[in-house]
Amino acid sequence: MTVNPEAASINTEYEYGWSNPERYAIKAPKGLSREVVEMISKAKDEPQWMLDFRLKALDIFLSKPMPEWGADLSGLNLDEIYYYIKPEGFNARSWDDVPEDVKQTFERLGIPEAERAALAGVGAQYESEMVYHNLKEEWEKLGVVFLSIEDGMREYPELFREYFATVVPPEDNKFAAVNSAVWSGGSFVYVPKGVKVDIPLQTYFRINAENSGQFERTLIIIEEGAQAHYIEGCTAPAYSSDSFHSGVIEIIVKEGARFRYSTIQNWSHNVYNLVTQRAAVYGNGVMEWVDGNLGSKVTMKYPACYLLEEGARGEVLSIAMASRGQHQDAGAKIVHFAPHTSGNIVSKSISKDAGRSSYRGLVKIYEGARGSKTNVECDALLLDEEARTDTYPYIEIEERDASVGHEATVSKINDEQILYLQSRGLSEDEAAGLIVRGFIEPIAKELPLEYAVELNRLIELEMEGSVG
Amino acid sequence: MTHQLEIKNLHASVGDQPILKGINLTIPRGELHAVMGPNGNGKSTLAKVIVGDPEYTVTEGEVLVDGQNILEMEPDERARLGVFLAFQYPVEIPGVTIANFLRLAMQARKEEGEEVTFTEFYGKLQSALKTLEWDESIVERYLNEGMSGGEKKRNEILQMLMLEPNYIIMDETDSGLDVDALRIVSHGVNSLRGPNLGGLIITHYQRLLDYIVPDKVHIIVDGRVVESGGPELAKRLDAEGYDWVKELATA
Repeated sequence: MTVNPEAASINTEYEYGWSNPERYAIKAPKGLSREVVEMISKAKDEPQWMLDFRLKALDIFLSKPMPEWGADLSGLNLDEIYYYIKPEGFNARSWDDVPEDVKQTFERLGIPEAERAALAGVGAQYESEMVYHNLKEEWEKLGVVFLSIEDGMREYPELFREYFATVVPPEDNKFAAVNSAVWSGGSFVYVPKGVKVDIPLQTYFRINAENSGQFERTLIIIEEGAQAHYIEGCTAPAYSSDSFHSGVIEIIVKEGARFRYSTIQNWSHNVYNLVTQRAAVYGNGVMEWVDGNLGSKVTMKYPACYLLEEGARGEVLSIAMASRGQHQDAGAKIVHFAPHTSGNIVSKSISKDAGRSSYRGLVKIYEGARGSKTNVECDALLLDEEARTDTYPYIEIEERDASVGHEATVSKINDEQILYLQSRGLSEDEAAGLIVRGFIEPIAKELPLEYAVELNRLIELEMEGSVG
Repeated sequence: MTHQLEIKNLHASVGDQPILKGINLTIPRGELHAVMGPNGNGKSTLAKVIVGDPEYTVTEGEVLVDGQNILEMEPDERARLGVFLAFQYPVEIPGVTIANFLRLAMQARKEEGEEVTFTEFYGKLQSALKTLEWDESIVERYLNEGMSGGEKKRNEILQMLMLEPNYIIMDETDSGLDVDALRIVSHGVNSLRGPNLGGLIITHYQRLLDYIVPDKVHIIVDGRVVESGGPELAKRLDAEGYDWVKELATA
């Protein structure tokens, strides 16, 4: 593994900035074309309907303009990206079968260790493909399915086709379209009726090559009364040129089911992270997104809950941290289609050192969604004068008998708090770190302990030397 | 080494406004001195300057802790030398539990590589809570957030008991306390008294000094100590008010 010299100029604190030499089974030429799409489809030995789907999505992608309402995407050169890179090896069920340098990468990221200690199943994606996917036997016996998306398509063709692209169709937005055209990797999860998976499943995404794109596609189906928690983590080497990550996550939460999807996104600061995450929630089902955006150059991500039947509930807890050169344009969408549905959005952002964070959220209540309500709370913490935060709340209410609450605060770390903590013996940095940890505590406490610790650690790393 | 807190010819200002105009005080460990005087004459400024509040600029003089000048030190270095200020208005730190904070503050006093053990922490906590007649559940609350004035003051004393400072400065700890709270807070401070504890008790009222009997009393008017004496001086202030000391200042 090599340390990328240019990493230092991008982000000195980033600890995952190393990379492996490139050894790949397939590396498609740069840029997006019909040939590249066909190459991907062929490499995956897909049914014709999927190739047709991809090609249609490619047309949609080409016909849609770049969105201009959000973060600045002018630096993203889509012709310079490698859209498909297949690593050597295959999707293994044992770490022993993963190529040595790739395995070392994930060991260095602590994945096999976490798997042994605290997870029901683990997937690991390297460049465009899953290189490892395994579910502990006890869950397999209960009928839980946790596979790479490609294996899901092969082994459960009917289930797959019934739900694939129903929650996020390619027409949804330009980046959902590009993902639909070149998707590769991601997970397929199925939790049968009434099964409660009480420890998390996790998938880890790693980009290694320069200028590469990662377009994973995840489809999760939680049957009636079932429960599960899925965690996603991501890192990449720090390069001076840009990489592109555009995932699509589709989740179906059936009646009375409960599902939580947690992300701790720690991409290097040269990654454009433009992701579409959406859940369709049925009667009395509960969907919770816990979304931590710490890394990337630009993130545009608004986890969504479509509350489709009576009693459905959606929650989005979002933390963003933006440092120099970063723009976190993150938020949430709660759309009420049915009566007595409820939503809750808590967004907390920390900006420092000319970093920029935006809360962008949509709450929509359709006519007929009587007695529905959503609460939005967004709090921004600015660590210095250069930092910037904005709030873009979109609220559309078509139903009289419904309510939306919105509260927003912007605060700075105040000198009195720092003095108070320092007067008890904490250094200035420790004091600022503690205040920030307190600020995100309402969200960190929702994460499993190890992840809350990791989140705090990453934030502390970003905080080093940031006050003074 | 002399174990004492010495304030020598201390001048300090906020912006261009001089507030302290040459304070001289010596407080040996083992003694608590009361500092009294009318509002706006520099008592709280003295407390803030000793703790290292960057709002205040020291223009002249020294503050020595056991012979070491602390004025160039960061507030946390001063704290680690054993200086503790019980704030008049403790600030709220949302999301940080008292328990977590106490542990971090104790840890900050340890040498590199040394850890606060659970037994050490928990043992001390139990005894401090007992002294302050407080239920253990209080330490799961966030630091000062949503606490009443009285609870905040009690929390200052809890921190004091846990951190065992050598020099305490109590900045109007009695303000806003009812009689019960006053008794509990005073009991907390008295439980720390002994040959290793010195400090200043800043107050307007005799009331607190009935519970924490000072070894000496100093009166500050217009940024200077205009009168010093024994506990009887505080009683005289209580009976006669401040008019006569104001005359001392202009004399």
